[in-house]
Amino acid sequence: MKIQSLDPRINRIQIDADAENPQAMLHPLENWPTYEVFHQKKRGTQHEHVGIVHAPSSELALAFAKEQFARRGETVNIWVVKTEHMMATDYSDADVFATTPEKTFRDPAAYSVKEKIDQWVAKQKNHAG
Amino acid sequence: MQDNIKQPFQQFVLQLADNLLVMGHRNSEWTGIGPIIEEDIAFASIAQDQVGQAWNLYQLLEKDFGFAHPDQVAFTRNEKEFFSSHLVEQPTGEYDFSLARHYFYDLAQLIRYEMLSRSSYEPLAKLAKKFHGEVKYHVFHAQTWMKQLMDGNEVSKARMQSAVNEVFPFVLGIFESVEGEEALIAEGIFEGEAALKDAWMQMVGAQLMEWGYALPPLAQPVFGGGKGYHSEYLQPLLDEMGEVFRLDPTAEW
Repeated sequence: MKIQSLDPRINRIQIDADAENPQAMLHPLENWPTYEVFHQKKRGTQHEHVGIVHAPSSELALAFAKEQFARRGETVNIWVVKTEHMMATDYSDADVFATTPEKTFRDPAAYSVKEKIDQWVAKQKNHAG
Repeated sequence: MQDNIKQPFQQFVLQLADNLLVMGHRNSEWTGIGPIIEEDIAFASIAQDQVGQAWNLYQLLEKDFGFAHPDQVAFTRNEKEFFSSHLVEQPTGEYDFSLARHYFYDLAQLIRYEMLSRSSYEPLAKLAKKFHGEVKYHVFHAQTWMKQLMDGNEVSKARMQSAVNEVFPFVLGIFESVEGEEALIAEGIFEGEAALKDAWMQMVGAQLMEWGYALPPLAQPVFGGGKGYHSEYLQPLLDEMGEVFRLDPTAEW
């Protein structure tokens, strides 16, 4: 497992680094670093990721984020996080999620109570019909 | 409102609105050519806020004092009938000049709105409270840049310091009292330009020192705007700003 990335903006955990398929080489950025922006509509709700801004400091990132992402609609709070401080899974490791849709036993729909409800709905239909 | 108060009050509001309109128009000249897209959008929004505040103040004059429609007031007067300061009509210059002007001007606006939110003239107090949040952001934006660039390299430090020095005499000129200001002070409508300037100087001095600027040399304020005397820069700005409106002043927008 490596925690190094050729993309200077982000660290990716490489669970199974593929030597045959190296990542494209990225050149050092000409622009300012990027900051990820999280926006909160109402107090107590989750902040949601809405995009990025380029900025030379976290203060200016906040100043920019306010106008990029909070100029319309309700806002009570904004977070900015320097992109290089984010940790993400690698897309080449997306296979770790591959079988998730098959695990229907994790859905409430898979519980036996669902069968009971379906039967009840069907009965009601017949009754009304 | 009594006549001895009405006259200076109208003039005070008009001067405030004219400053905002011309400042907003000047700042909007950066739209599309700002240093980077994020800053372009932020600065354009600030310009938009300023034009919006001017519009609200012209509207107050229309509703409570029988002035013409805000568009009429904004787009059909010539420079002699405009009471904005020399500061706001100065060309945009380089970005360092625009930023230094933005910092000094918006910090003064913030203090002005804090004072006016306690005004005995309720409709103005209400507007001041409404504008306060917008200007708080303007000041945050300006201060962050002022700090950032004085914390940069030798070029950015030198450019910011000379922008501050260059703009300072014009900045002092925004504190131009209207005739009959004593009546406004006596009525608790506005605490006066002198009190505002004192509070502003204290903050400016402390902040500039904290960020590593040298205090700008003391200067003679550039007054005259409040009496309708302007530099060669205002009339061309007004011509351009009102160009479309004057094509057909009766058009419905």
